[in-house]
Amino acid sequence: MSYTAATVQLLSTEGTLVTSDATAEYLPYIEKLTDDQLRDFHRQMVVIRKFDIDAANLQRQGQLAMWIPSLGQEAAQVGSGYAAKPQDHIFPSYREHVIARIRGVDLMRIIEMLRGLSHGGWDPKEHNNFHLYTLVLGSQTLHATGYAMGVLFDGATGTGNPDTDEAVIVYFGDGATSQGDANEALVFAASYQTPQVFFLQNNHWAISVPVTRQSRTPLYLRPGGFGIPGVQIDGNDVLASYAVTSANLDAARSGGGPRFIEALTYRMGAHTTSDDPTKYRDIEELEFWTKADPITRMEKFLRARGEGDAFFAEIEVEANDLAADIRHRTLALGVPDAEKMFNHVYSEPHPLMDAEQAWLENYEQSFEGGAA
Amino acid sequence: MSVENLSMAKALNQGLRQAMLDDPKVLLMGEDIGPLGGVFRVTEGLHAEFGSTRVLDTPLAESGIVGTAIGLAMRGYRPVCEIQFDGFIFPAFDQITTQLAKLTSRHEGSLTMPVVIRVPFGGHIGAVEHHQESPEAYFAHTPGLRVVSPSNAHDGYWMIQEAIKSNDPVIFFEPKSRYWPKGDVDTSASGFPLHATRVVREGTEVTLVGYGPMVAMLLQAAEIAAAEGTSVEVIDLRSISPIDYEPIIASVQKTGRLVVAQEAPGFVSVGSEIAATVTERCFYSLEAPVLRVAGFDTPFPPAKLETVYLPDADRILEAVDRAMAY
Repeated sequence: MSYTAATVQLLSTEGTLVTSDATAEYLPYIEKLTDDQLRDFHRQMVVIRKFDIDAANLQRQGQLAMWIPSLGQEAAQVGSGYAAKPQDHIFPSYREHVIARIRGVDLMRIIEMLRGLSHGGWDPKEHNNFHLYTLVLGSQTLHATGYAMGVLFDGATGTGNPDTDEAVIVYFGDGATSQGDANEALVFAASYQTPQVFFLQNNHWAISVPVTRQSRTPLYLRPGGFGIPGVQIDGNDVLASYAVTSANLDAARSGGGPRFIEALTYRMGAHTTSDDPTKYRDIEELEFWTKADPITRMEKFLRARGEGDAFFAEIEVEANDLAADIRHRTLALGVPDAEKMFNHVYSEPHPLMDAEQAWLENYEQSFEGGAA
Repeated sequence: MSVENLSMAKALNQGLRQAMLDDPKVLLMGEDIGPLGGVFRVTEGLHAEFGSTRVLDTPLAESGIVGTAIGLAMRGYRPVCEIQFDGFIFPAFDQITTQLAKLTSRHEGSLTMPVVIRVPFGGHIGAVEHHQESPEAYFAHTPGLRVVSPSNAHDGYWMIQEAIKSNDPVIFFEPKSRYWPKGDVDTSASGFPLHATRVVREGTEVTLVGYGPMVAMLLQAAEIAAAEGTSVEVIDLRSISPIDYEPIIASVQKTGRLVVAQEAPGFVSVGSEIAATVTERCFYSLEAPVLRVAGFDTPFPPAKLETVYLPDADRILEAVDRAMAY
């Protein structure tokens, strides 16, 4: 699957704005963006790509147990990530590193998770409502739907005030669309008319299985069967991702019920560093998506608007500095205390936790010199 | 003191109602729990009293029920889910074990998961496949969950309220065979901790331990044993995870013999766990090996065979006799 007649694109691969009947309802969202916001879109994409490549290198050098690349999906993530308002809640899958960054999560938290030091551990309340990664495919779609039901029951949405009305956005992939949970989430969302956007990044591959095995129908048509409006966008177009997500979040927060966006993008790298895409992908597909690169076209767009070399040099320095800082901090990481295993299994006292932790302490102290 | 003679189903209903009155964040969700009141009528009248946003008739999808309950708990609600029958909990097993049980740990304590999952369980109702099972060991084996089962109306009334007050997820197994017998419920008492094992009959020669539907069977066996001259102590576990061991250990130190009984299959079960722990902690007090009485390690049979499958007083007494013979 690649672009279809239905695919909404605002920024062509040549870096020009697409004006048509199909884009008319979305372009006003772009017209309202300031130069600084447009620069930020580009800056975030460039910085996260450098981070992403460097994190994969850290894995290859034995510093991380695994890395989950987001290479190629920057526009889908940056655009939709900036479309969410501060009061909105974001339920990611596990590849949305740049949205984590936009919402104030230190990227080291993701590094620590993939180095084997935590299972996530950040508090969404203190990170602008960016929830933890979920590694079981599709589970988070139900959490997001339940959360959105709570927003609805609280009366915290649909009052007509776009600055306070809350909405929820949940990320998932083409592989997860085959999971029961993702489908049950659509059922519940439709039943309760939740203020929610389902944001599907169709990156065309679920590890080695192509999206054509997940679905014989374009995925943006699936929600129609659940009574939920669906739209397909060029996921490598940061402006389309921003504008269409903004429009759909606004519709959801103003009482319009759940919405579904299929962002067509491409996983340029491996599924994770344990994967080997050369075994199952052909080069023509990769070439097609290389030409559709999200960063190249945004740079053309910005240069055509008069942005000079200085800006592009500046963000390259920023990207390199971030990658160097991450590398430096990764190499300095220690190992958590064993008590971390026991501390938060339950939120209230539990005799087995107390007994096993005490046993471990005694056991370690039984060695000469005490605990290692 | 305010004592009412209620069935356990009605006592649970009253306990749920009280919890909903006490805390506006408590909401009920499940299949057919609204105007119908649930297939066992445990939620009867609550939809009429509290409305559709406190008592949610959900779509027919167990994973959806538990998964959205998790999201509601993240929002600050205290959802109480009803799974219609024991054998239908498995579509939700993934959400319960990979998400609900682990989210507090994954959040390193910044998130609590006050979700209760009510599950009618056990046999003796003559029903078709998937409607008479005892899956509690799966959940007791999962770190992060609490698992309890009341055996009588009074405990049902109080334990459901304590479960709802817990900030950790609680799997609440309701013995279907005990839904209708009535018992005195003291609604003015101050309740008791959720994980408090109770000695329900004192004795000196053999200790019997069980939970949920098996407690009535143990008491029946104890009565017969007494008539035959054997003094039996009966302990109602009430909490399957964690297990409150102190009353069990004190009892075994007194009697020297322990028989553990359950409807669930015996292999890798709650009874196995108690047998191992009591052997370790009461080794020098034991006059006989700890014996298990359990359902067979077969699928729950067609209903006409359930009386053969399920342990009854005779099977418990056979184990008592074996323990006494050592």
